[in-house]
Amino acid sequence: MTDSNNKWEYAPSLEGTKHIQLKDKYDLFIDGKWVKPSSNKYFDSINPANEEKLAEIAWASESDVDLAVKAARKAYVEVWSVMKPSERAKYIFRIARLMQEHARELAVIETLDGGKPIRESRDIDVPLACNHFFYYAGWADKLQDAFPHRNIQSLGVAGQIIPWNFPLLMAAWKIAPALAAGNTVVLKPAESTSLTALKLAEIIEASGLPAGVVNIITGHGDTGAAIVNHPDIDKIAFTGSTAVGKLIQKAVAGTAKKVSLELGGKSANIVLEDAPIDQAVEGIVNGIFFNQGHVCCAGSRLYVQESIADELVRKLKQRMQSLYVGNPLDKNTDIGAINSKEQLETIEKYVKIGINEGAEMFQVACEIPGKGFYFRPTIFTNVAQSSVISQEEIFGPVLTVQTFRTIDEVIQKANNSPYGLAAGVWSDKGSRIFNLTSKLRAGVIWANTYNKFDPASPFGGYKESGFGREGGLHGLEAYLK
Amino acid sequence: MNVLKTYKIYIGGQFPRTESGRTYVVKDANGNPIANVCQSSKKDIRNAVQAARKAVGTWSERSAFNRGQILYRMAEMLAGRKTQFIEELTQQGQSIESATNEIEICIDRIVYYAGWCDKYQQILSSVNPVNSSHFNFSMAEPTGVVGIVADQDTSLLGLVSQLMPVIAGGNTVVLIASEVLPLCSISFAEVLETSDLPAGVVNILTGSAEEMLPTLAEHMDVNAIFLSNAVTEMVKSTQLSAVDNLKRVLVMDSDWSHESAQGIRYISSFQEIKTTWHPIEQIGGVTSSY
Repeated sequence: MTDSNNKWEYAPSLEGTKHIQLKDKYDLFIDGKWVKPSSNKYFDSINPANEEKLAEIAWASESDVDLAVKAARKAYVEVWSVMKPSERAKYIFRIARLMQEHARELAVIETLDGGKPIRESRDIDVPLACNHFFYYAGWADKLQDAFPHRNIQSLGVAGQIIPWNFPLLMAAWKIAPALAAGNTVVLKPAESTSLTALKLAEIIEASGLPAGVVNIITGHGDTGAAIVNHPDIDKIAFTGSTAVGKLIQKAVAGTAKKVSLELGGKSANIVLEDAPIDQAVEGIVNGIFFNQGHVCCAGSRLYVQESIADELVRKLKQRMQSLYVGNPLDKNTDIGAINSKEQLETIEKYVKIGINEGAEMFQVACEIPGKGFYFRPTIFTNVAQSSVISQEEIFGPVLTVQTFRTIDEVIQKANNSPYGLAAGVWSDKGSRIFNLTSKLRAGVIWANTYNKFDPASPFGGYKESGFGREGGLHGLEAYLK
Repeated sequence: MNVLKTYKIYIGGQFPRTESGRTYVVKDANGNPIANVCQSSKKDIRNAVQAARKAVGTWSERSAFNRGQILYRMAEMLAGRKTQFIEELTQQGQSIESATNEIEICIDRIVYYAGWCDKYQQILSSVNPVNSSHFNFSMAEPTGVVGIVADQDTSLLGLVSQLMPVIAGGNTVVLIASEVLPLCSISFAEVLETSDLPAGVVNILTGSAEEMLPTLAEHMDVNAIFLSNAVTEMVKSTQLSAVDNLKRVLVMDSDWSHESAQGIRYISSFQEIKTTWHPIEQIGGVTSSY
């Protein structure tokens, strides 16, 4: 097993970093200007691949949030809500184009700041983010056509809080539909991954978008709370953990704020005995190891039909041997750095729980860099439905494997979760696939594929995975009355 | 001597008395007692939720056509018992004219939503042109078990206007009737029971919303709550109780007698959007040109 690992050494193929432009210190982007935080406090953003400091980031306080909301309100009333929709569209198109022009720089910074493999930021995150702006730009002057049965109106000021797993892409998912629908924005990126959002602020500044239409402020949880609690915000859009999503719901209870939440998941990836096994193995690997497993819709619960379980697990382990864990800037890398020390500790905690619960662990015996935060791709077999590791979201490269005999059994097991974000189904038979896809209680279902995303494709969860959709025509709904 | 009707509650297709054994007296405008009605309890709520959960699969997987047939049957049954409902409304203090008007709107509203059953899907769903070789579509699916507190100011109109869009969309329901005007709610349960509606799809309880709503709003097997013309405090406490399993909460301040108080938005508020991806095989270079 380990022999094959040794044979497949690659020569490093590092993406260059000389072309990127990073400042030592980033202030807050409020009302079209770069503003120092009122507290004068900054925090470090580090590269999780080597723990080196990348830049200092402003820590916005309540009064900075208030300043940003005031700017957004003014821009909403005076400029953005009264602008001709076709003009609004052109601004959003222009942002999309400028992002495309900065695509490589954005990709490299994304990888440096968040630890994801350069192949993923270059081929997935950044193009999808650009395309999201491009997609929603065209909606700006067609809103009434999208909802012909009602008189649509924008909401006002949207407060948006995004996670660290897809920093630029999540910023695009939030800002683009909000602007297209005629709202103005106060957006806060996650504290460990602020840089691409700040680069986006520079792009927005260069695009000539009227001041105050988009405000980007950085900080920690207290900054986010100040956004959620601000009385002059009409809409809260949040992507992140279910625990924080529930805190937000509590905070806005009794207010007129409209909320959309895209929260956690523990998505089932189901392989039936008639599935093309090699394809399924690729899909399982992509489902759980894409972006180090820092994916809310990760296929983290694998269900394999008993008759093919031995063969599939054997092939899966074999495939895992060829995964390349290491420097995210290396174009060979499949699995980069874990986003932060805290997240690494969370993953380690769950793996210990899994071992204590009696599950059988398999981990690739690959080398990992001495500095930085890394975790080896891991699967657990002999897992019970009631195990903590098959119930709770781990948000790392850790897969649980369970078996089943009948279709009825797997539908019940898959649905037996408070979450309902996504699911995967692998089978060669169309009617069987649609039986499962219609009975699984989840917002996104991939049949014979996994972890595919598109601006035109609505994304979001059932049950405790949240509500509201992002992407597609349905994604506009979250930003309209 | 008149034979007086006993108003019981409606759970899982049965008409039990409240497990609490409590009743309260409903009076007419002059303060004379008209009927004893069940003062349902939290335990009745839990029984009703269980019945509603059990019926989710049956009802949501009925064909849209079949749901439409059953809703239309309800309109027929209500029309057939129009006189009884008008009498109950007048007993509770309405003029004959206003009572007749209310029942006629109710019948029309049921017919309206019967017609939606096999149509809303085409309006709410989409085929999504993704930038890769996949067939990708989004469609609406029922949210699940919906708790409804019926409009407290009407005996049947609010109840029907809130209930119909929710079951037209394939959800099952636990409904708390108007506390002061409860008579029509249980007679309406008899309409439901004779309309081929599967047991447990709609469960109706009479009593105090203030007492029962917290149990409904906190219940982990309820997926959504629908309030009508509720006071701010009730809205806030319901939203707080709903957090634990992230129930969807809809509050409508509607004049249910108005035609604008019906529409697809009442259906779509209790639908989830599911997106499905499926690869499209690409072999060879032949295109579909003709």
